[in-house]
Amino acid sequence: MRSRKQLAETAIHGIFLMLGLVTVGCVLLITVYLVASGIPAIRQIGLAPFLLGDTWESTAAQPSYGILPFILTSVYGTAGAILFGVPVGFFAAVYLAKLAPPKVKAVAEAAVSLLAGVPSVVYGLVGMLVLVPGIRALFHVPDGASLLAAIIVLAIMILPSIIKVSITALEAVPQEYEDASLALGATPVETYFRVSVPAARSGIAAAVVLGVGRAIGEAMAVMMVSGNAANMPSLFESVRFLTTAVSSEMSYSSGLQRQALFSIALVLFLFIMLINAVLNFFLKRGKEG
Amino acid sequence: MKKFVSLMLAAVLALSVMAGCSQKMSGNVATDGSTSMEKVIGALGEAFEAQNKNVTFTYNPTGSGSGIQAVLEGRCDIGLSSRDLKAEESAQGLTGTVLAYDGIAVIVNPDNPVSELDVDTIARIYTGEITNWKDVGGLDAEIVLIGREAGSGTRDGFESITGTADNCQYRQELTSTGDVITTVSQNPDAIGYASLASVKDTVRAVTVGGVAPTEDTVKNGSYVIQRPFVLVTKTDTPLSEPAQKFFDFAISPDAAELISNAGAVAAN
Repeated sequence: MRSRKQLAETAIHGIFLMLGLVTVGCVLLITVYLVASGIPAIRQIGLAPFLLGDTWESTAAQPSYGILPFILTSVYGTAGAILFGVPVGFFAAVYLAKLAPPKVKAVAEAAVSLLAGVPSVVYGLVGMLVLVPGIRALFHVPDGASLLAAIIVLAIMILPSIIKVSITALEAVPQEYEDASLALGATPVETYFRVSVPAARSGIAAAVVLGVGRAIGEAMAVMMVSGNAANMPSLFESVRFLTTAVSSEMSYSSGLQRQALFSIALVLFLFIMLINAVLNFFLKRGKEG
Repeated sequence: MKKFVSLMLAAVLALSVMAGCSQKMSGNVATDGSTSMEKVIGALGEAFEAQNKNVTFTYNPTGSGSGIQAVLEGRCDIGLSSRDLKAEESAQGLTGTVLAYDGIAVIVNPDNPVSELDVDTIARIYTGEITNWKDVGGLDAEIVLIGREAGSGTRDGFESITGTADNCQYRQELTSTGDVITTVSQNPDAIGYASLASVKDTVRAVTVGGVAPTEDTVKNGSYVIQRPFVLVTKTDTPLSEPAQKFFDFAISPDAAELISNAGAVAAN
């Protein structure tokens, strides 16, 4: 009887191990595939002209494959989204975790979850029909499809991840810390910002990094509002991100152009790996600290 | 009694075999390629399925390049391309058969007073030589150039006809005809191009050299911004029976009306 139980136990272990390996296998497969298909074009174009070239004309008679505009656009766009999104998300999280009455908190948290569930194509569509004409009218520029439009859309898109992860971090701060601070005469707001937030800082940092990851990887929504011309980034100019560079040309591409798109995907993949490493660093420090 | 029943059954079976004979064929016709050809190929596919009940017709809208690649790799029966095959593609053993012609309309916002341009002016606008609407008889406003992404059949068609290949100073490069039309309808200073068949009331097509883009002007060649819709097949591999039947149907004069109802101009 006992051995049969053990057998079942071993079998279940085996099944779980296999399911776990499927995930690992997928990651390995994607990594190997991306590296294998991304390297040839870089070797042909040359690493420096590829990464530092400032012109992308993939279908011209004399094609040039410089992706510096895409890299800078992705960096600026993500930084801009963080600049707008983090303050809003951070203060919203402090309010919801510590100050909000239970009813307000329930409604607001449901709204945040809903915002997280809105498909990115919907963000893009609303941006295209409302934000782009709005920017055009407000700033008197010829066309509203620009880096600014993409930054605003991205800032809204990263709010849910920032708010949710920050709330979790803030709620994990031991009650005793706050009680002690209040007992020493600090006001609630002083307590939240001087005690709770510093205690939750690694979790909040992780939330920001998660937001960066989401912003840098977003393609659909920014493709619909950023105009997609391969310009050097400028706030009111049409720009192209790393993600949209791949997705906008992939369907019609051929030859070296297609290989170069894989190389862009490889660069994007390295960016995301870097962000994940940073995220892991913060999460680990949070556990230890 | 039992004998009678079994006789009847045998008769029914025999009849059903014959019925099977009258159903000439069954199978699958897979097409893959140009998104611009969606309306035309959709209409042809529906009519073909209605005539041949046992045949399934599929269309995968991926883009001309992808469609040509799909035929080459045997992932579909017939590839759909909204541009002529490149020499390197023909050299890989592919044949293109022109199914229809599509006019590319140059579109502006309905609020834009400019309604007439010529190919040369359009080329100068798209290359950035003319940047203000007032230079072509419009309001004093910067021209916003809307185009398609590199590799798009519509872009290739437009740029090769206007002689602006690789020189267009696009403000926006969008990935679908619908996006171009939406963007132009949202911005009074925008100019764009799109398949004649897709142009809706939300935008206005300008006349080119005094000729309005219509089916007649595309067919008789007086409207110059037009391109072919091509069926791509392998040169030395015969099509499957249903695919061959569809191919013959599509280029037959019977299909001409379906094609023109879909907004393009039949080649045959």
